[in-house]
Amino acid sequence: MSEHHKESFITKYVFTMDHKMIAKQFLITGMFMAVVGMLMSAIFRVQLANPGESSILYSLLPGAWLNDAGGLNPDKYLALVTMHGTILVFWVLTAGLSGTFANFLIPLQIGARDMASGFLNMLSYWFFFIATVVLLSSLFVETGPASGGWTIYPPLSALPQAIPGSGTGMTLWLISITLFVVGSLLGGLNYIVTILNLRTIGMTMQRLPLTIWALLITAILGVLSFPVLLSCGLLLIFDRSFGTSFYLSDIIINGEALHNEGGSPILFEHLFWFLGHPEVYIILLPALGIVSEVIAVNSRKPIFGYKAMVGALLLIAFLSFIVWGHHMFMTGMNPFLGSVFTFTTLLIAIPSAVKVFNYLATLWRGNIRFTPAMLFAIGTVSAFITGGLTGIILGDSALDINVHDTYFVVGHFHIVMGLSAIYGMFAGVYHWFPKMYGRMMNKNLGYIHFWGTFICAYGVFFPMHFLGLAGLPRRYYSNSAFPMFDGLSDINELITFFALAGAIVQVFFLFNFFYSIFKGTKSSQNPWKSNTLEWTTPVERIHGNWPGELPVVTRWAYDYSKPGAEEDFILQTEPLKEGEIEH
Amino acid sequence: MDIALKNTVKKQLLWVALVSISMFFASMLSAFIVEKGDVDNWKNFSLPTYFVLSTGIIILSSLLLFFIKPALKKGKSIFGLVFIVLILGLLFSFFQIKGWEQLTNQGIYLTGIGSNVAGSFLYILTLTHLLHLVGGLVGLCISTIKSKQNLYSINNYLGLELTSIYWHFLTILWIILFTFLKFY
Repeated sequence: MSEHHKESFITKYVFTMDHKMIAKQFLITGMFMAVVGMLMSAIFRVQLANPGESSILYSLLPGAWLNDAGGLNPDKYLALVTMHGTILVFWVLTAGLSGTFANFLIPLQIGARDMASGFLNMLSYWFFFIATVVLLSSLFVETGPASGGWTIYPPLSALPQAIPGSGTGMTLWLISITLFVVGSLLGGLNYIVTILNLRTIGMTMQRLPLTIWALLITAILGVLSFPVLLSCGLLLIFDRSFGTSFYLSDIIINGEALHNEGGSPILFEHLFWFLGHPEVYIILLPALGIVSEVIAVNSRKPIFGYKAMVGALLLIAFLSFIVWGHHMFMTGMNPFLGSVFTFTTLLIAIPSAVKVFNYLATLWRGNIRFTPAMLFAIGTVSAFITGGLTGIILGDSALDINVHDTYFVVGHFHIVMGLSAIYGMFAGVYHWFPKMYGRMMNKNLGYIHFWGTFICAYGVFFPMHFLGLAGLPRRYYSNSAFPMFDGLSDINELITFFALAGAIVQVFFLFNFFYSIFKGTKSSQNPWKSNTLEWTTPVERIHGNWPGELPVVTRWAYDYSKPGAEEDFILQTEPLKEGEIEH
Repeated sequence: MDIALKNTVKKQLLWVALVSISMFFASMLSAFIVEKGDVDNWKNFSLPTYFVLSTGIIILSSLLLFFIKPALKKGKSIFGLVFIVLILGLLFSFFQIKGWEQLTNQGIYLTGIGSNVAGSFLYILTLTHLLHLVGGLVGLCISTIKSKQNLYSINNYLGLELTSIYWHFLTILWIILFTFLKFY
């Protein structure tokens, strides 16, 4: 029977244990952090286009972040870059994406009342929330937030006296990320156990929608890799706060020789990237899962190569654990070891190509509906291909060395990881908004949002590859001090123009999202004519999802345009007809 | 959710959490191996004798937990058994701290001018194990109180079962850490 019961404001909206509400909490917090992170990037892009000059955007910053001429201080530029990376990688694309859609879709698509543990689920969000507060509070400390890059390499992160951002800001960063990891682990445990145990009758693993497969594998990646970040952070905390030497050796700072000896910053890189590379797929796989669903629904065709898609997800996940060294080709790594990491890295191209091929094959001759969700889903595939191609260059040690730490790298990972994942997230929001809020988002605003974002994003990140090939290093406060880069200032201005335009375009999305929550056209129960179980629940939200008995599944999720069927979709709950063969 | 499924879910949550904790320690041991291979002035140490004692104690505590299920089957009180395991857990913690004292007497420190990365790793590994063990001690405290109140039966002792699984995990983890630190 349904578990619906009377709820107070506090139990319904604040300390809720309903997975759907927790998903919305993750989504809204993630969106808020996305706006913060995006504004940060807008500010530092303005600095790169007009180095040292003042700007109206800087009025968003505390006065102490500016110099006498009203320009941005260099150390605060570094702080903005660091915080932008941290917020986008962890807060938006990990918690915002996975937290939202894992919470929302897992019980609904497998036919469960809720997560295995509603309490752990609630804790997971509140750890994330407190982590958010701690991270944002670091913006207001005197020495500023962490500034050594989102990868927080020692010794900058290990010596509080190294740069202003290495002090309290770095401490708060570490506290915040620890809370974040605890929250992510609690979420991950829950997702895995829920999928393995609470599937409704008939929902075999072979009938799971690909979104669920992607979210399951993402959760496994998180459970295996986030503890490594914890141990990495723990050693760092001991180095910076208690004087150990895990990452430090033979340091002289401000004329003072420190006692540390025997440690190695390379150890930090090993530990960090052992999380760091799976993290790429923790970000990407949920987006690919969403895309699989959205493309199949809007092509009105079964997903092409279901088993191959699952296999590709598993292979990508496995390979993601044995490629971390490709982030470290410049650390003096043994060339033979470098070639091993090159080999394992390039192997990822195989399952990635399988996925791309299957997406295209699903689209091929489909009865395509270009909804905003579908456009963003196709955008994900596009960005995955574009960014993936430059990944082949960066995965090869001999080629990577030439463009290491340049804008080529920035362009690559923003497209392959940033754009792919954020497009996937947008696709998910547009697609499941009717299920979340019982109303539809405005299509035309959605189209403006998609095309504006698509054009601006490529306008920002595509030229970065040329900057990188010309040797322009990333993270520099200003490139005007180097005559050899003078010729690149026009490109930098162009990138900044697109970055600001792209930021403005997001206003259409934000308006559409919040306006539609209250004033959007009311949604029908199954507006996209989808097969999956979430569309069999009532439009009105109830805790427990289904008012009566749980649905019974009799077929896979992708019976679209099946010959002989009355309509071009068949719900997973519809029994097989006599003589009908399951896919 | 029916009770059997609830129990399965809770056990699985614990098992997945144990996999996660294992990754934490695996990464620590990998860091140890990488650092030992890299560092010129790696200081070799001998493990304190107290650690040998604590190894015996935690193994004994784990073995005693195996008698709980048969006792419950026979309808006997398990209070004494659980209480002894709790005492052994506290004794283990005490000997770990004594072991650290022995280390400092040998000139092996966690941090400071006389410290060495090798020693720091030794402290961190044993400290993080002990911190995880505190969770087990909390579980044993609760189980002791509940067993005193006769709240467990053969059909209803999930909390104790979960504590036992966690405790066995901590025992195996300590044996691995001890063997590694002793022989690597």
